[in-house]
This record gives sequence, structure tokens and C-alpha cells, in this order.
Amino acid sequence: MQNNLLSLIIFAPLAGAAINWLVGRRLRNEQFIGIVACASVGLSTVTAFFLAFKPDGALRATQPIMDHLWTWIQVGSFRADFGLAMDRLSGIYALFVTFVGLLIHIFATGYMHGDRGYYRFFAYLNLFMFAMLTLVLADNFLLMFVGWEGVGLCSYLLIGFYLDKDEAAPAAKKAFIANRVGDWGFILGVMLIFFLTSAAGHGSISFFNKPAQDVTSALAVIGNMQPDVFNWHAIFAGGITSVAVLLFIGAIGKSAQIPLFVWLPDAMAGATPVSALIHVATMVTAGVYMVVRCSAIYTHAPTAMFVVAVIGAATALFAATIGIAQNDIKKVLAYSTISQLGYMFLACGVGAFVPAIFHVMTHAFFKAQLFLGSGSVIHGMHNEQDMRRMGGLRKYLPVTWLTMCAGWLAICGVPIFAGFFSKDQILWKVWVAGQFSLPNPLFAKGLWFVGALTAVLTAIYMTRLMVMTFWGKERFDVAQTDDDNSQVNNPDHHHERHTPHESPLSMTIPLVVLAVLSTVGGLVGVPYAISSMTGGHPENYFEQTLSPVVSPVPSNSETGEASTNELTWLSPRPQSIDGRPAVAPAGESPNVATGGETPGPEEVSQERLFALISIAIALAGIGIGWLMFNSQPVRQMPRLLENKYYVDEIYDTAIINPIEDTSREGLWKIFDLGVIDGIVNGLGRVVTYLARVVRYLQIGFVRGYAAIILAGALIIIGYFAYSGANVLRLLVR
Amino acid sequence: MTPQLSWYLALSAMLFTIGVLGVLIKRNVISMFMCIELMLNSVNLTFVAFSSFFRDVSGQLFVFIVMTVAAAEAAVGLGIIIAIFRNRESLDVDDASSLRL
Repeated sequence: MQNNLLSLIIFAPLAGAAINWLVGRRLRNEQFIGIVACASVGLSTVTAFFLAFKPDGALRATQPIMDHLWTWIQVGSFRADFGLAMDRLSGIYALFVTFVGLLIHIFATGYMHGDRGYYRFFAYLNLFMFAMLTLVLADNFLLMFVGWEGVGLCSYLLIGFYLDKDEAAPAAKKAFIANRVGDWGFILGVMLIFFLTSAAGHGSISFFNKPAQDVTSALAVIGNMQPDVFNWHAIFAGGITSVAVLLFIGAIGKSAQIPLFVWLPDAMAGATPVSALIHVATMVTAGVYMVVRCSAIYTHAPTAMFVVAVIGAATALFAATIGIAQNDIKKVLAYSTISQLGYMFLACGVGAFVPAIFHVMTHAFFKAQLFLGSGSVIHGMHNEQDMRRMGGLRKYLPVTWLTMCAGWLAICGVPIFAGFFSKDQILWKVWVAGQFSLPNPLFAKGLWFVGALTAVLTAIYMTRLMVMTFWGKERFDVAQTDDDNSQVNNPDHHHERHTPHESPLSMTIPLVVLAVLSTVGGLVGVPYAISSMTGGHPENYFEQTLSPVVSPVPSNSETGEASTNELTWLSPRPQSIDGRPAVAPAGESPNVATGGETPGPEEVSQERLFALISIAIALAGIGIGWLMFNSQPVRQMPRLLENKYYVDEIYDTAIINPIEDTSREGLWKIFDLGVIDGIVNGLGRVVTYLARVVRYLQIGFVRGYAAIILAGALIIIGYFAYSGANVLRLLVR
Repeated sequence: MTPQLSWYLALSAMLFTIGVLGVLIKRNVISMFMCIELMLNSVNLTFVAFSSFFRDVSGQLFVFIVMTVAAAEAAVGLGIIIAIFRNRESLDVDDASSLRL
């Protein structure tokens, strides 16, 4: 299905960026710039919604909407198109990226008011939207990589936006370099995909079958291969597992997982909350998108899935423990983001791709809400970011407070709010994960425990954030206790007492919209076990929409206990839509267990039990947080956590300093100064010496020169006469 | 006995040699200059001879170019000679050796 409107989604923000960069910088008119930026993103939002929800739109049809623009590269059997595709997965992504992005743009018009780089900021934001949408809508790996690099570039520009802030530039570089490490894995993975598919007869890097261009889907080709078995050696064997692991390295960089997560917190500290947010809500979830897009590859690589699950769980716990001890309001949210991303990867790792995307979406809502809320707080507090110097803001910022409460309850996982459903589903699916990607059933329980612990910690640190910010005594003029990251933005406001003020409408309206979404946004994906209790609409709309486009985990024949049934439930068959069977890009897995999509009664009751446990976890976390921090908001947290486990320091000593030392002592002083400069200077010196000898030829007499010319001419003529005697002979005859 | 190509070439070679020797031997700048012109014209002779031999007009075209360049060179050369003479009151090339180390 071809539809040229699709390219409007990505090119509208690009045009907006160009206009703001070229025209806006001359006009310097905030209204003009703001309107151009918001209108261009608004245009792509409207287009995305239209294409997704029209009668045969992306979310309803079985076939993706394609827009083939031009053939980008064609060398031999390698082919990469500049083509866009919107299927159900990229459709959902495009929807929330454009929509949340639009709200962020509107918010930013208020937040960035009066900034000298107003036009620059919006040009970057629009460029970011262009890159992000290219990433999401690309129909092949290489174009996706373009978007992937594009968001990396824009994040570099946005993090380093404040050119005069000391910590912005290093943070920007850190983000860029950490992402480069991941990109290395991604591009290698793409190459390996091409080799594998070429070996199978259809060399391709496309996500979809495109009969018009004679392109076969790489995912389908790999999906038809024999799955790897669980084996540590498979990671280095150059097969499907290697592809999956390499792609996951790319996701690690982009989505800030262990060990490359260090860039995200710094990125938050250096930038405006707005740009911080645009990363959080959209860019960092690109890794999850890529993994889910490649679900056909992952479901053929159990070892890689195990790696994904373990790294996800470890990151979730690790970041949550750090987040509990941070004092910068944005850093708490940054670590919270890392932790939530860990959740998503944990879900991907156990094959729960749909809940992972569900969590991406709800997370985009509530984390965008929280970040914008924190931006509003910082704005109202005149660029104060240290929570130890807040408190009692409830009565100064009522709208911000109320809306942030929605985000807070959502991330903690209180029922009805969006985060509850997604988090609960992830935990449940981790608990019932089959043996496909886990060497031992105990791992499922262990991962579940880590996830549950993280959920408690999440509730605790979010409660701490809320309590420190909005409740308790006002601590605006408390002397600074720690000088690391407070008052960096605005030295003029030192130790002045000022009354916080509520933000303008352009900022509060997005807050309200996102708060509403954080509250009700989860209702699109209520699992059967819960929705059937109310006797209402017993369909999980979200799962029904998405499950045709992700590959199910193959069920293992020798799974123990009652997990066979649960696997059935875990991996529903591609359901038929509009009477026709849905076409998964990966093709059906050979041994999907047959059976109804409605789970048996015992799983339903078990899942309800787990929902209760989730509620208990959330309430317990909030309770603990409340008890700990309400009475004593500014309590000393463990040093180890406050210093983030010294990860930055460890990286410094283990990696950065050795590299710097080798660069300075070895590469610079020995190689550059010695070898490179040696060669250049040596050449110069040789020429000087030679010239000193040769200049004695310059005798200064014209006739001498003439004689030398003659001699030269004679030698040349003699040579030709000697070697070309034949020619001469020919001429004379 | 019709003139052969080799006659022209021989004459040209002789003229050229005279020119070369003149440049090397003479100390008077004007004489050297004339010898240079002699060399140029001997080359012209070769060109014309070959042009006629091969029935190809391009040799004659080269002659025109050479003559043009020679004219230009003569103008510049005479200018230089006059300048030198004004400075040194001499036409002896060995006096103009101040570029020597």
C-alpha cells in the first residue's frame, strides 16, 4: 500500500528546522519561530494520526503503508532504499513520538522564552523530530541507522545547547562517544544480517517484503532459518545470535543500559529539561523499538535474549538504587528513565515484546509528564534544580503539583494509572517466562524478583522526589550543603529569597494533557485477566494490535510444570484481522502452540494474584518513601549510592585515563611529535641540506646556464636517438 | 636534383648548432640574442620541412606560433637588455652575474 503522505511526517519537521535556521535566525521573532516549529510538528502529528487511524490505516490494515521515495544505494545484490513504512509497530511509535513531541514543542515555547538561542533551539528540536521519525519509519536497517545517527547528532547539539555552561560540552561529548560505542555494534550487526541473508539466497537489509522493488524482508529470511540453540559460544559464532547481540550493543548505547548508561544522567544535567525530556520520551526508546522490530531475530537467538533480559534487569535495579540518592531533580528522573528502560529490555528478553512496547508508550506519557513537571518546577524556582532547596511547593505551583501527582502515581504503578498495567504485565510475563531463553526456570523467578525489587525502589525514590519537592517545609534559603550541582545555571540568583511562581499557560497545558494521558493511557492495554473482572470489554486492544507484527517465542516441548499453558498465553498466534490472517514480518514460528487466545482459569487467577502483588509493591514503596522522607526530607543517603557507585570514576581510571595517557605520552609525544613531525621536519631538513650542495651549480654566468641546458638537451636527444633509432631510420628512408 | 628532406634537416641542424655555439661563445648580449633567434628559426625550418614532407599543415601552424612567441620574447628580451645596459653601461653578459652566490 503506497501512500506519499507518509513522507510528509518526516519532512515537515525538516522543513521547520530549515526555516527556523535560515529565516528565524534573522527575524529573531519568538512568535514566528515558535509557530513554525509547532506547526511543522503539528502537521506531522495530524498526518501520523490520519494514516494510523483511517479506515485502512496502519493500525487496522494487515499490510504496512509504504512510501518508496528513491533507491538510495544499489551495489551488486546490496540494496538500500530511501523508503518509509508504517506498520502497526512503527505506527504506534510514530503516534506517540509526534504527539509527545508536539507537546514538548509547545511547552518549550514557554520554557525557552527570552533565550538568545531561541531559533537554534527550535531548529535542533525540529531536526531531532525529523531524525527520530526517520528512525521509526525507515523500512530498512540502513535508513534506520541514518535516523539513529541523526538523533545522536541532535542529542549532541541539544545537550551542548548552552554554549556558555561548563558541564554542557563534556556531557554532550560523553553522550556522543557512548553512543558511538553502541553504533559500532549496530552497524556490524547490519552487515552480518546482510551476509546471513545473502548466504540464504536473498541478500537484504529490509524490514518488509517489497514486491515492487523485488526486495525480500531480511527479517522473514532470518525468520525462516533454524533457530540457534542456547549456547554461549553462539554469541561469537557469527550466526543469528551474533547478529542479535551486536544489535543489542547498539541498543545498549542508545537506550543507556549497563555498561553505557553513563551518558544519560550527564546529558540531563547539562541540558534544559525540555531537551532532556525529548531524549527520555523518544530517543532512548529507540533501542527498544529496534529490538522489538527485530523480534524475528531475537526469537531465533535464545542466548541473546537471555543477555538482553539479564542486562535489562541489572540496569533496572542498578539505576533505581542510584536514583534513590540523587538530589538533582532531573538526575533522579534520568536514573529513573534508565531503570524503566531496563524494564523494557527485561520484557524483551523474556519474549514479552508487546508489554515492552506498551511500557514504552506509557513511560513516554508519564515520564514526559514528570520531566515537564520538573521543568516547570525549575522554571518556577528560577533555575534551581537541587531538591534540598525546594519543599512545600504545593501551594505555589498547584497545577504542576496536581499533574505531577498523576505522573508519580503512574510510575509507581498505582492501579488505573498508566504505569500499572504495563509494569504489571511485564512482571507477570517475566514470572511465567518459558525456558526458551532462560537456561533454568529459576532464572524467571530471579528476574521477577529483581523486577519487583526495582518496582519498590521506583516507588520509594519517586515518593522521595515528590515529598522533597512539594511537601514539607520551604527550604528555599537554606544554605547550600553540597556544591556539586546546584545553582549552576544562574549565578545571579545566589542566596536571594524569591517566591516560586506558577508557569505560563503554554507550559501548563501540555502538563495537563500528559497528566490525563498518564492517568488513562494504560486503559488501551488492559490484560484479559483484569478486564474480565469488571465484565467490560474483554479485549486487550494494544496487544491485539501489536501481536501480529512481533514474532512469538517458540515454545519448548520439554517445558516443565504448568508453563505450557502459560506459553500459549504468552505467545498468541497471529490473529486474523478482518477475516484474513495477519502477516507477521517474520513469518510464523513453526511450533507456536495451538490453542485459544483466552487463557485458562488458573492463569487468570494467578495473574490476578500478581496484579495484587504489583499493587502491594507500589503501595509499599510509596508508604516506605513517605515514612522515610516526609519527616526528614533532607536525609543523608548512602555515600556509595549518592556517588553513583563511582561508575564514572571507575570508567575514568579503567578506560578514559589510560586512553588519555596513551594518547598524550604515546601517540602525541612519541608518535605525533616523533614520527609524524619527524618525517615532515626531516624532509624539510633533507631538502635544505641538498639545496646547500646544489646551489653551487648556480654559477651566475648566463653562458654557464646555457651550457647546462645544452648538455641536458643533448642527453635527452641522445637517449631518444639511441632508443628510438628505429623511428629515425623509418623517417630517413 | 630535387631538394630532399634530409637537406633541410641538415641545414636546420647546422643553423641550430651555430646558434648554440653563438650563445655559448659570444659575450655580447645582442649577439647572444640573435643566436637565440637563429635557433628558433632553424626549428621553424624543421617544422616547415616536415610539414611539407608529411603533407600535414599543422607543422606550419606551429611555425606561426613559434614566430609569435619569438616576437614577444624579442620584445621582452630587448627590454631586459636595455634595462641592464642602463644599469651597468655594458653589454657583456659576464658582468650581469650578481645572482651568483
